[in-house]
Amino acid sequence: MIMDRNMESTSTSTFPVAVSCEGLTKAFGKGEARVKALRGVDMKVKNGELLMLVGPSGCGKTTLISIIAGVLRRDAGECIIFERDYDCMSEDETTLFRGKNIGFVFQAFNLIPSLTTAENVATPLIINGLKPRDAVRKARDILAEVGFDHRMMESLPTDLSGGQQQRVAIARALVHQPRLIVCDEPTSALDAETGRKVMELLQRLGRGENRALVVVTHDSRIFDFADRIAEMNDGRITQVVSSARELTTAQSKIE
Amino acid sequence: MLFGDRAKYLGIVIGLTFASLLITQQSAIFAGMMTRTFSFLSDVALPDIWVVDPQVKYIDDIRPMQDTEVMRVRGVEGVQWAVPLYKGSLAVRRTDGTYQSSVLIGLDDETLMGGPPQMLIGKLADLRRSGGVIVDINGAQGKLAHILPNGTKEPIKVGDEMEINDNRSVVVGICKVTQTFQANPVIYTTYSSATSFAPSQRLMLSFVPVKAKQGQDPHVLCRRIEKATSLRAYTRDEFKMITFLYYLKYTGMPINFLTAVALGFLVGVAISGQTFYNFTLDNLRYFGTLKAMGARNGMLLRMILLQALVVGAIGYGLGVGTASAWGMLISGRTQLAFRLPWHLLMVSAIAVLVICLSSAALSIRKVMKLEPAVVFRS
Repeated sequence: MIMDRNMESTSTSTFPVAVSCEGLTKAFGKGEARVKALRGVDMKVKNGELLMLVGPSGCGKTTLISIIAGVLRRDAGECIIFERDYDCMSEDETTLFRGKNIGFVFQAFNLIPSLTTAENVATPLIINGLKPRDAVRKARDILAEVGFDHRMMESLPTDLSGGQQQRVAIARALVHQPRLIVCDEPTSALDAETGRKVMELLQRLGRGENRALVVVTHDSRIFDFADRIAEMNDGRITQVVSSARELTTAQSKIE
Repeated sequence: MLFGDRAKYLGIVIGLTFASLLITQQSAIFAGMMTRTFSFLSDVALPDIWVVDPQVKYIDDIRPMQDTEVMRVRGVEGVQWAVPLYKGSLAVRRTDGTYQSSVLIGLDDETLMGGPPQMLIGKLADLRRSGGVIVDINGAQGKLAHILPNGTKEPIKVGDEMEINDNRSVVVGICKVTQTFQANPVIYTTYSSATSFAPSQRLMLSFVPVKAKQGQDPHVLCRRIEKATSLRAYTRDEFKMITFLYYLKYTGMPINFLTAVALGFLVGVAISGQTFYNFTLDNLRYFGTLKAMGARNGMLLRMILLQALVVGAIGYGLGVGTASAWGMLISGRTQLAFRLPWHLLMVSAIAVLVICLSSAALSIRKVMKLEPAVVFRS
């Protein structure tokens, strides 16, 4: 609850809450092998906000965004996304909700290698029921916004550089206009300059009054893109900071 | 996804092609051989009914009857005509002094009913010439051909003399018949000539082919003939079927061919199933990504099935195409039995479909159980 107050106090956003977690717990395994990944996480993310989750490996960042993104069920606590509770939804409703409201950016890009760039970006639209031809047309529009020419749109992911692939992944995460974007280590596979460019792109296209971004990262070079940074350790949020200066202190603790 | 992974895609297609080829080819050879068991019945199309000794179990199981049985059958109500027919296996002396076992068919002297389906040289009526015989083209060019001093073969031609069971005969024609199961030469002559060529015995009549009168149900007529003569009467299809079933039951051929077909099926399942499953395992990350992005299990199921069915269709097409081309190429040049009716194409298609579905089933189970959270695990 201290964290919750901390987050509330540091936030200057006036937008409604996009993500609200209270007392969130999650454990894996059974018996002696049981590992508590989350030990009562309280957190809020507001619309229009970019929140970064930082912390050492195994501290529970990935588990937390998995629950927020609706790909993992919690054990206890509450997790409300745009006033909807995953635990009150069936498996199919959760999938449908995820498809419409959540955009994903992965560390390893996860672009389907046999599909062209445009087809990859069109995938969320097709999943949401748009006709493939219309979906690809929309995908081309957003790819043009991320700086892709016609030739690159027809390329396979394997023909692109890491930075280009992550741009495609961002386009894919945004193409269906989701209200929440979760990014798992979006710059860790990229060099410093490319990482910054990717974050600039995410900032330029992804930020919006009705959209929140949660970014899990180890990369301190991109911390200045965040509105707030939540530091996690041992399944709890231990500190939330809101400026680059405070960030430096926090990062030193993490490492 | 599968089509992007060329190695696995080709692996599955090759596996399915091989399975489809083996299943189709072996089934077609089996069908060809089984068809040959009743080739004589196929060639003699005119009679509706075949009257035989009650002990006869199949077409080559000759149990001679008295010649007078023809008269008794003719006397049954509903019979339009009934003729005597001799069928036996006799030794023919070749020019090099060796003997070749051949099928001798003796046709009714008056009507010559039961003659070869296609005359290539000469006329059927020439059989009435003294000692006249008609030889099938395969025999004339193959097993009965003259062996020249230099070892080459010279086909038998009209006018040549032959020794059948130490009796002189003259070739008056060359015909084409459906290959027999034993692939022995077929020689046609008249009933009287046949009985003079054959070793003398008390009973000589092999079959009584019967034509039913217009509007007469052959099955009813069969029962009537059996009642009147105490002989056994079969319709043409019944006689074919008991012959077919006899070979099916007593020759062990079905087991041999079924083993080959099963092997093709298992190889298909093993190669395609394993490759398809490996493909799924390799792409679990992408299936997880699709699930995370909102793809429901039904959509992924359709995706996997579509991929399985497309490679199945390609593999089936290539396999059946190769089997057909092989059959056309080989059966025209050799004695190979090859028959590919649409039923076999259906059987092969169903087998490939089962292979595809069973290959996909493992993958479907894996993907259905896949947690979308897998996308965040490194």
